[in-house]
Amino acid sequence: MFTALLVALPLIIGQHWQVNLLVFTLMYAGLAAAWNLLGGYTGYPALGHGAFFGIGAYAMAIGTNHIGVGAGYRSFLLVLPIALATGVAVLPIARLLMRTRAATFALLSITVMFMVQTFAYNLRSLTHGSEGISVPLAPFPATTFERPFYYAMAALLALTLLVCWAVRTSKLGLSLNAVRDDEDRARGLGVQTELVKLVAFALSAGLTAGFGAVWAYYVTFVFPGFAIDPLLSLGVILMAFLGGRRTLWGPVVGAALIVPAQQYFAYRYGASHLYLVAYAALFLLVIYLLPDGIIPSIAARLTRLTRLTTRCAHTPRAHIADSIADKDSITDKGERV
Amino acid sequence: MSTLLAVEGLRKSFGGIRALDECGFEVPEGTVTALIGPNGSGKTTAFNVITGYLPADAGTVAFRGNPVRPDPCRLQRLGLGRTFQQARIFPGLSVLENVVLGRAQPWHALPRLRVSGTDRHRARDLLEEFGLAEHAGSHAGTLSYGQRRLLEFAAVLMGEPVLVLLDEPTAGINPIMIEAMEQHIRRRHAQGVTFLIVEHEMRLVMRLCDPVIVLDRGRLIACAAPAEVQTDPRVLDAYLGD
Repeated sequence: MFTALLVALPLIIGQHWQVNLLVFTLMYAGLAAAWNLLGGYTGYPALGHGAFFGIGAYAMAIGTNHIGVGAGYRSFLLVLPIALATGVAVLPIARLLMRTRAATFALLSITVMFMVQTFAYNLRSLTHGSEGISVPLAPFPATTFERPFYYAMAALLALTLLVCWAVRTSKLGLSLNAVRDDEDRARGLGVQTELVKLVAFALSAGLTAGFGAVWAYYVTFVFPGFAIDPLLSLGVILMAFLGGRRTLWGPVVGAALIVPAQQYFAYRYGASHLYLVAYAALFLLVIYLLPDGIIPSIAARLTRLTRLTTRCAHTPRAHIADSIADKDSITDKGERV
Repeated sequence: MSTLLAVEGLRKSFGGIRALDECGFEVPEGTVTALIGPNGSGKTTAFNVITGYLPADAGTVAFRGNPVRPDPCRLQRLGLGRTFQQARIFPGLSVLENVVLGRAQPWHALPRLRVSGTDRHRARDLLEEFGLAEHAGSHAGTLSYGQRRLLEFAAVLMGEPVLVLLDEPTAGINPIMIEAMEQHIRRRHAQGVTFLIVEHEMRLVMRLCDPVIVLDRGRLIACAAPAEVQTDPRVLDAYLGD
């Protein structure tokens, strides 16, 4: 049903700004889901995903300008190779970063982002420095210009969610969750922590770069301060936190709420950056009120409610206290899916 | 009886404090060996150095006759499991998943199902044995402290270890649970698992363990049967001081 809605939406909605908003919503949903592989499932607080987004964007810009894959739909063929190449290329730096944890890791990941930005400013022969690179404008009909980008983003989001789902239901996901809860003990139980962390990092970075590539083609202009954006890194994390960073759909829900709201505020208050204050406030609220995010909170409340009602029907009092105390949402088989 | 674990000349300093000072001892195969000593005598440090959680300043560790580079992941795969003083579990995972994780997987098994049928079957058996079966589906974080200790132990056994290092298995749990823990250790011992146990509960050590290794200020001061250790003047001196 979700897929059908996704496919049909741009056909129903005609306004350019509306489809434009949808393109960005899908992009952020995908970015948040990709971030979640590392930040949510593995528990590594990566704050520099803007770097990989920027690498993808620059790769697209340079690729379309120099390699000559041809304009139009053919340019989209570059997206997957860019994602794959970025996933592999980040491995050495991932190995280095993943030797640290928690706050140190967070700081280093930000550092990497600013390093990439500095490279983008200074490797002029490749990136044209602060002038930026323009990507050839896609020759799509003006009336439905956004549609190909919308579907490209939708396909990439679907791929990202598929990867997330596959990770969650596999031994890899179990190992990553163990790393999140207690990495040292996981090592002592024979979990190959180095390996699984690298896989999570590569998947997360690669998918992020894929979105960067589509984005570059869409906005047709790549500039260091714009493509490698600390705010993108933070926004993506906020979405994952809001929706529920341990869930599959949490990041999507978070993006669906935040992206339109952000556009609205940016439009309403102009370029006054007031929306950044709203960002910060929202972050604080989420952490205080919904530390697990929207989806887990609702799920917990629902299970509590259903148990309460079914148990009340059988034994009126004794179990009510139990069911209130018992707030897990795990299946009978003992898995959190 | 052959030697399963041999430690030689282990040294480890934290700043100016020598936690381990030329520490060496052996764990014979098929025994329940105790590692005791007053607070700060280096018992847990010895565990951490042997299992590779702390790098040693000097010394060697040999497991099953071969010298090993201490690394927790590799040692687990060679058959050495351990528990921690603070009962470490994965609170965000289910009790069943906690046990399943105890079984090491080759890298190519990573894409396989999170909890396979055989995994579930074996983990259920273990949970049954440890009286945790009814909690299989709950978050491990909801368990009591004593149950966490049992769960941690069960997860280690899932890896079918030859030697298990238990760090204060009965610390902070009630007497009934202590008895249960003792029964579990005895049962596994009867099945051929060797144990090295750091323990403060002396009555348990005296009933369960032989030999008893005594450390003081990072050095080995005695290694003998429990009755002998109890009357050893050096041991009494270490515990009572002067």
